Amino acid sequence: MKKWHYPLLASVLSIAFLAGCGQSIGSQPNTQASKAESTTASGEITVYTALEDDQIKTYLESFKAKYPDVKVNIVRDSTGIITAKLLAEKDNPQADVVWGTAATSLLVLEQQGMLEGYSPKGIEKVSPEFKDSKEPASWVGIDAWETAIAVNTKELEKRNLPIPRSYEDLIKPEYKGLIVMPNPASSGTGLLTINGIMQLKGEQEGWAYLDKLHANMAIYTHSGSKPAKMAASGEYPIGISFGYRSITEKKKGAPVEVVFPTEGSGWDVEANALMKKREIKPEAKLFLDWAISDEVMKAYNQNFAIVSVKQEGATLPEGYAVDPIKQLIKLDLNQAAQNRDNILGEWEKRYATKSEPK
Amino acid sequence: MSSMKEMTSLFDGKAMQKWLIALVVLGLLASVLLPLGQLFSKAFYNKNGQFIGLDNFVTYFSTPALAGSLNNTLYISTMTTLIAVTLAFLFAYALTRSGIRGKRVFRAIALLPLFAPTMMHGIALTYLFGNQGLVTTGIFGLLPFQWDIDLYGPVGIILAEIVYVFPQAYLILAVSLAFADYQLYEAADTLGANHWRKFFVVTIPSVKYGIVSACFVCFTLSFTDFGAPKVVGGQFSVLATDVYKQVIGQQNMTMGATVGLLLIIPALVAFVVDRIVERKQHAAVTAKSKPYRIKENRLRDLFYSILCVSVSGFLLLLMATVVLASFIKVWPYNLTFGLDHYDFSNVAGEGIEPLWNSILVALLTAVIGTAVTFITAYTIEKSQVWKGLRQAGYFLSILPLALPGMVIGLAYIFFFNNPSNPFHGMYGTIWILILANVIHFFAVGFITATSALKKLDPEFEQAAESMGISQTKLMWRVTIPVCMPAIVEMAVYFFINSMVTISAVVFLYAADFKLASVSIVNMDDAGDVAPAAAMSVLIVFLNIIARAGAEWIASKLRKRTTGSYQEKGQVA
Repeated sequence: MKKWHYPLLASVLSIAFLAGCGQSIGSQPNTQASKAESTTASGEITVYTALEDDQIKTYLESFKAKYPDVKVNIVRDSTGIITAKLLAEKDNPQADVVWGTAATSLLVLEQQGMLEGYSPKGIEKVSPEFKDSKEPASWVGIDAWETAIAVNTKELEKRNLPIPRSYEDLIKPEYKGLIVMPNPASSGTGLLTINGIMQLKGEQEGWAYLDKLHANMAIYTHSGSKPAKMAASGEYPIGISFGYRSITEKKKGAPVEVVFPTEGSGWDVEANALMKKREIKPEAKLFLDWAISDEVMKAYNQNFAIVSVKQEGATLPEGYAVDPIKQLIKLDLNQAAQNRDNILGEWEKRYATKSEPK
Repeated sequence: MSSMKEMTSLFDGKAMQKWLIALVVLGLLASVLLPLGQLFSKAFYNKNGQFIGLDNFVTYFSTPALAGSLNNTLYISTMTTLIAVTLAFLFAYALTRSGIRGKRVFRAIALLPLFAPTMMHGIALTYLFGNQGLVTTGIFGLLPFQWDIDLYGPVGIILAEIVYVFPQAYLILAVSLAFADYQLYEAADTLGANHWRKFFVVTIPSVKYGIVSACFVCFTLSFTDFGAPKVVGGQFSVLATDVYKQVIGQQNMTMGATVGLLLIIPALVAFVVDRIVERKQHAAVTAKSKPYRIKENRLRDLFYSILCVSVSGFLLLLMATVVLASFIKVWPYNLTFGLDHYDFSNVAGEGIEPLWNSILVALLTAVIGTAVTFITAYTIEKSQVWKGLRQAGYFLSILPLALPGMVIGLAYIFFFNNPSNPFHGMYGTIWILILANVIHFFAVGFITATSALKKLDPEFEQAAESMGISQTKLMWRVTIPVCMPAIVEMAVYFFINSMVTISAVVFLYAADFKLASVSIVNMDDAGDVAPAAAMSVLIVFLNIIARAGAEWIASKLRKRTTGSYQEKGQVA
């Protein structure tokens, strides 16, 4: 018999043997190795963020220029997911830093005692409504984002429908089945939109309004971006989304008009925080310092009309109304964070059963 | 070389067998039973870790949205099973018992969905039947008719699940239909039975176990699938998306565990039924059976040709649509072709890197999974000691058949993300993904290896022992070479499934290590459907290459073995 296969088989078997060990007793050394790595390997941090994928790379450029030796592992997901992940890992936090994630979520983490107070360098420049009032601060905001409606003009023309301008317009019967919005449980944009409506109309009328909106709703999406993208592709012509995403879709050339509802927009702050864990890396603090520095603030301002450090003489990002701050309704983030569970529970109870088997 | 000798002596004798059995059983306990136990217990605790008995289940059934999804899921699975098994039966019947042409092509197309993540079937359907789909808009108004099937919801899920489970049902039924005793048909002919009577009295009873097994497989797969409902489910919630929403959207791990337990029920039932069926099926075909003879029948062949062309045409249409959509710039407003969507750098999902990660995980899973399952099968099949423990090992090895991926994923979060667990260091690394995959697909690899090993005469072992040849040497020289085709098959099975799977890994992927299937879900979630389509196309493409490679190796092996038999013949 030819023996060409012998080395191959030998290697397969030895790997198998190792793997077999790995499944039981043998994985002990493996465990220790990876632990040792995480303690000695300085210059590596894990950052959880809900910022948009297409923004992260540009933002990080200035960090990489400043700290070329620090490796940044980005975990990015929708607000609800990032929050859930952080809570799930409560006993064993994987993240060193949370970056650009809804303040209402960070406040939930704070209630659970998962955040370490840290006032990054330059925090004094951050406007007070964008940061924790305590010292050291548990969270520091970088920008605010707000409800916007992406409307596909081509598809509405086909149906001979006017462009909706307000929340009140959205509940008109002619838009039935044409609207999508994000699920507040997973999407920060979904939650802030509902927070906004509750604040505008009060609890009782707010839910009454949402009942009517629900009747018009085609589907609830997982992310806040998807409604804008669905509107852009005409899959569903009206998407309740957020400013940045609706404007980028328009810029890409989709037949979309970006509508800021006349009653005002719900909003939240995208904020940073330091995770409380046994060993807090100095790089994590460097990252937080950088994350509110002037360079990156300028980059945030390219995408977001409202940033937490006032930018002198900055021009508004394309597509925004004259004064975006005026578009925001009055909203208490702390109260919103406290209500988070209640709102999500009530929402789930009322609207999660939308379709039944047909 | 001395270490080799040491190893050889270690492998020899009853002591080594005992070591191996202990190792195998312990390994399976640690990676299957303990995590599962953790998951089960979680369902009886609240968020703060207090024991609350059945309260979680009470909450579940009193929340209409959640209880509703149990109904929804049952509806989806029942419809999927009915339609898919009927179609697969006719298709398998056509390929085994009719005289149609092009059987090999039809078979290849029928198996095509196995190469794709289930999200891809959903994506294909959105481009065909979504609000801007080819069929819905009559190819953007080119056709005089339009057809809106109201895709998002049960219709879409059922269609996608049918595509997903069809090849599985087909494979099971084709095997059942291939074994038949023609004598029964001859007897029926002599008794003057007509076609229908023969079909119901001879054909159906002879394949009833295959049908039962296909039904359970289809039911379980569609009951636990996450990918398709995620993409085309719209607001129609099913258990699998509920688990995801509970765990990831609502941060409610205990409710996730509760739903996870519900998810496991049909799979457990299926598992038990399958064990019973397995035992009964053995007796069906005997050495005296005569193979089925296909008589000439034009009308029958015409019917089955139409059937096969429509079924495989639909499957091809789905694939082609996804490929097309991945190259179109802006569906439906700019229908020019371009490679834009294959540049993943500006969409959700972190670029092309997840694809490389997936390939790495799939390769490692293939190597480790094959080796571990083979050694497990070898230990359990060929050892002579500790029968009871070996039976326990056998049970643990096939138990993963009853574990939906989501259940494995959840169980592993609870088990491995516990700092007091000595294997805690695996959490958040590539190794937990590989372990999850190996366990998820363990049973099939194990069964393949076991049946290959069963074909080897136990006299080999006895002869080797009497001649003083070590068991290790026997394994190298005889067992592994003879089992090589099965080993290749196992490896490619592990590879392909690791490339497409989402359910377990969606809970486990590491901070800086996203997988392609996860990035498809992320991209679809963010509304980047065309790049998600492009990523799916790449996965299918790689899987087809893997499968083709395996076929090539298998054909080489066949040539070699027939060659060596001839040599042996000459020597004799």
